Amino acid sequence: MLAFFIRRILLGIVTVWAISVISFIVIQLPPGDFVDAYIAQIASTGGVVATETADQLRSQYGIDQPLPVQYVKWMSRILRGDLGVSLEFRVPVREVIGDRIWLTMAVSFGAILVTWGLALPIGIYSAVKQYSIGDYVATFIGFIGLAIPNFLLALILMYFGFKWFDLNVGGLFSAEYRIAPWSWAKVWDLIKHLPLPVLILGLGGTAQLIRIMRANLLDELHKPYVITARAKGLSETRVIMKYPVRAALNPFASTMGYLIPFVVSGSIIVATVLSLPTIGPTLLRALIAQDMFLAGAIILLLGVLTVIGTILSDLLLMWIDPRIRLEQH
Amino acid sequence: MTETISSPTGLPAEAGATTPAVVDEVLLSEERIAVASQRQLIWWRFRKHRLAVISGVIIILFYLVAIFANFLAYADPTLTEAQRSFMPPQPIHLFDNGTFRPHVLGVEGARDPQTFKRVYVENPEDIRPLRLFAHGYSYKFLGLFKTDIHLIGVDGAAAEESLFLLGTDQLGRDMFSRLMIATRISMSVGLVGVVLSLVLGVTLGGLSGLYGGVVDIVIQRLIEIIRSIPTIPLWMGLAAALPREWSVVQVYFAITIIISLIGWTDLARVVRGRFLSLRSEDFVLAAELAGAGTMRILFRHMVPSFLSHIIAAMTLALPAMIISETALSFLGLGLRPPAISWGVLLQGGQNIQAIANAPWLLIVAIPVIIAILAFNFLGDGLRDAADPYGR
Repeated sequence: MLAFFIRRILLGIVTVWAISVISFIVIQLPPGDFVDAYIAQIASTGGVVATETADQLRSQYGIDQPLPVQYVKWMSRILRGDLGVSLEFRVPVREVIGDRIWLTMAVSFGAILVTWGLALPIGIYSAVKQYSIGDYVATFIGFIGLAIPNFLLALILMYFGFKWFDLNVGGLFSAEYRIAPWSWAKVWDLIKHLPLPVLILGLGGTAQLIRIMRANLLDELHKPYVITARAKGLSETRVIMKYPVRAALNPFASTMGYLIPFVVSGSIIVATVLSLPTIGPTLLRALIAQDMFLAGAIILLLGVLTVIGTILSDLLLMWIDPRIRLEQH
Repeated sequence: MTETISSPTGLPAEAGATTPAVVDEVLLSEERIAVASQRQLIWWRFRKHRLAVISGVIIILFYLVAIFANFLAYADPTLTEAQRSFMPPQPIHLFDNGTFRPHVLGVEGARDPQTFKRVYVENPEDIRPLRLFAHGYSYKFLGLFKTDIHLIGVDGAAAEESLFLLGTDQLGRDMFSRLMIATRISMSVGLVGVVLSLVLGVTLGGLSGLYGGVVDIVIQRLIEIIRSIPTIPLWMGLAAALPREWSVVQVYFAITIIISLIGWTDLARVVRGRFLSLRSEDFVLAAELAGAGTMRILFRHMVPSFLSHIIAAMTLALPAMIISETALSFLGLGLRPPAISWGVLLQGGQNIQAIANAPWLLIVAIPVIIAILAFNFLGDGLRDAADPYGR
């Protein structure tokens, strides 16, 4: 168990390192450096940046040094909590990201809960009542969820929301709470706005999980121990819930690790369509404006949070599944 | 192979009746199965999967549209005209005074004095008959020879001015013609991407499964790392970093490379799993004992037995690529106008105002959904058919 734990943490650290390198590449890729971009920005409003100032800025950010050195410097600043300055907004990246990262996590977490909450009962029902009308309906809805990319689903729901209910389904807050400080009323407002984006995000993963759950449970349902339990006179619910469902749950839980990156990825696009005040639209805007420190910081942050979430879900899995806990390497 | 015969794939039609004639037929078919080649077995199993066959036909139709896009389009997809901004889809009238004569009515646009929106009214006097193989804008058929023949057109008028089957976008470009051209790019991005990820996946998965040990561990960890990274933000970053001055073709290939980085891990896993399970098969041992070289065992004995699995895995990887391209282009980070793809077309319907004014811009979502569904069903069917020990 300890070996598994250590291996998991080490893998997480390597993953975070890989993400940091890719984020750094993203920052470096556009032609010119950020001082060039800054000078161009000043020049576009008629200002002039003295050569000395430019050089000073370059040495301040270490841009005149070779790339590996720059990477180490960038990383060490980030480890100290300094994410750099957003070029576009002229404020520290930390302030731009602020609340948004928490809202992103709230939406993603909600989406995962929805995915589980829908997939588990529907999957069990589909397997127990195989080839019933309900099974076909669930399979059909599952396929639709699989086939409609969630940003398209968001677009379509937005259209129907507008057409039938004459309401704008975008955003996470009502107008009066948008810039208000946090309060219970604001939290309640947020909770009222969460279901739609959370449902849209959750539906894509649900389809896959229903299929996994159904297949796993079908494999278990015809095993001799189920017949034994039934022969002993246990009620049907108890027979199914106590043994095969538990056995079928394990592979189900192991997919959770992959669910988190999937949901975070999806939330970026869906948030852009629904104009949610999460990190997604900010990332898109930063990328289009080539505000590379902001973009790099967001990519890094999302990656790290995902890795932490994945590790947590693996630990959870280890707790649920004795086969992994007791595995001897 | 005998397992496949004893379980008649569980189809109710076969399991039901047991008249002598049917028994004869079963015996006959068992003889046929005993001597059938692997390829024939796969084909027979695939044919029973109704949904997969239909999906296969749909996919073929999609690629036919992609190949003959310019022939099927009737209006120059890049021609803009402010006077035809946001025209709704136009119905085709089949009968003219009781005789069969497909035609459309001329449309006149005017600005609503109150809402300032352009409104379009059909003129019932202005009948414009449709005809097949009409002359239109000129293009290169299959990229080879110049022609201006299109599947449909209008008699006595330019198609650009009278035919708007799926309406027009903000710049007055015909959506139907743009959809045809977009199909070409969106369907081919997936193909090119899947070929790239196939090369990566087969090479790395093959190495991993063949050599095992340290190579296997390193490659497996690499796959785990890639899979635990949220891909979209990263690919967004990479796509946004593509130079703005790149040509459409350059961006196209850069995007396919970026999205193929998503798909290869799944393929690598399939290939590795196959290699691992085949390595211990009797026929591989037999070939080894018969003195066959590694390369011969690999390509003569092992590859044919999992080729079909790879084809199935590729089919299942395609929709993910199509979604990625559509999503990236939709966000404005993938293909950019003047390139035309499903994502670029959907970009026009990105905000609630556009959707409220011109809901037909969302029609593009329908082919996207159909294509993704069809690829999924086809891939499922192929995977079931390719597995000789399946249900």
